Amino acid sequence: MHTAGVSVPLTLLGLLDREPSHGYDLKRDYDAFFGRDKPLPFGQVYSTLGRLARDGKVTVGASEPGDGPDRKRYSITEAGRTEVESWLAEPAPPEPHLQSVLFAKVVLALMLGRDAARYLDAQRGSHLRRMRELTETRRGGATMDVLLADYGLFHLEADLRWIDATEARLSALREMVRKP
Amino acid sequence: MSTDLTLAREPEPGPAVSRRSLLEARDVHRSFGQTPALRGAQLAVGGGEILAVMGPSGSGKSTLLHCLAGIYTPDQGEIRFDGQRIDELSDARRTELRRTAFGFVFQFGQLIPELTVSDNIAMPLLLGDVRRKEAYRRADAWLDRLGLGGLGGRRTGELSGGQAQRVAIARALVPQPKVLFADEPTGSLDSLTSETVMDLLVSTARAEGTTVVVVTHDARVAACAERTVMVRDGKVSALTEYEVAG
Ligand SMILES: Nc1ncnc2c1ncn2[C@@H]1O[C@H](COP(=O)(O)OP(=O)(O)OP(=O)(O)O)[C@@H](O)[C@H]1O
Ligand SMILES: [Mg+2]
Repeated sequence: MHTAGVSVPLTLLGLLDREPSHGYDLKRDYDAFFGRDKPLPFGQVYSTLGRLARDGKVTVGASEPGDGPDRKRYSITEAGRTEVESWLAEPAPPEPHLQSVLFAKVVLALMLGRDAARYLDAQRGSHLRRMRELTETRRGGATMDVLLADYGLFHLEADLRWIDATEARLSALREMVRKP
Repeated sequence: MSTDLTLAREPEPGPAVSRRSLLEARDVHRSFGQTPALRGAQLAVGGGEILAVMGPSGSGKSTLLHCLAGIYTPDQGEIRFDGQRIDELSDARRTELRRTAFGFVFQFGQLIPELTVSDNIAMPLLLGDVRRKEAYRRADAWLDRLGLGGLGGRRTGELSGGQAQRVAIARALVPQPKVLFADEPTGSLDSLTSETVMDLLVSTARAEGTTVVVVTHDARVAACAERTVMVRDGKVSALTEYEVAG
């Protein structure tokens, strides 16, 4: 799973939308679900949380007894929650290689008990629209245009197949991401 | 009659049901024994519209198509064609409606392999009492339109899959149906051939003003249609096509 393109701030916000957490828990869940080939350095966890706090999307709890930054618990604010919701609901641009972003959305939607199938449908819709445009370009286009349109169409088609396969496995995935 | 067309009880907000729709399913339920295939399917297809129906395997797409086409009658709910309840017609009148107003293209097996391409295309006209000479004249006019020029005398059993499906399309369109129903018409073809066949289907249907309802798993086929709906668990939902900046 490629993680390039998955927004770290949005993913951390999404994890916080589940429940208030320490930086350590966030890193652990991020690495387990979103950073399998590229774990998130602690430094980036705290710098991201710092920026989210500055922007009013999370609040930082009082330090608990002990040392280090991990003594603080972070909670999402209403503004943060709104941001997560609009990110989940908005389909990603139908470009090739968006699996990583889509996968992150699906996992988070399931963690948060949202309707993941609805988000997948939104993505299907925007993919189909793009495919319709490319099909139009292809129709009566010069060979180069046809070939370029085909490249896009085949990639979008692969995405859609992956979306179908993901939808078929939503309940298994829901089991997997559920907190014990 | 027109007052009947306002939806007094819409079980759930499905795709828009408009007064101008040519074909409608309203709260359609259909089971096979204990298996519910449709559970409150709601759909309206506009006159001249090219509609794709997608959805997981077993979700009820073919059952919906068969109900819309008057092949199955619903256990509950209504099917309307041109404002008229077709689920309440007698079997004989429904058969007549299918023959005169509807055309069908399926994945396989609708052509008679021992007969020629021209025979197969002329068949529905001959059955509809068109004189022989006229039937063949009209059938042969379709050959070029579907890129089958020169193949009129070939037995359909000797055609490639893509050629056979083009003959099936010609055969379905030659009696000038109001609605063409297609269930996985490209299901046995490779991706590029599918698109060619679907392009021909859409362009000829459009030129004829024929409404098309096509069930497909293939997104490239759906992309040739004007609108897509999803069937899930026996219900229909609209697929909203957001435009997203790239
Ligand atoms: N003639 C039949 N007898 C018994 N059960 C049926 C019959 N036709 C359909 N079903 C059942 O109804 C449900 C819906 O079937 P349907 O054929 O409409 O699905 P579909 O969406 O067309 O699937 P596919 O994409 O695999 O063609 C399934 O559970 C199927 O097993
Ligand atoms: Mg089917």
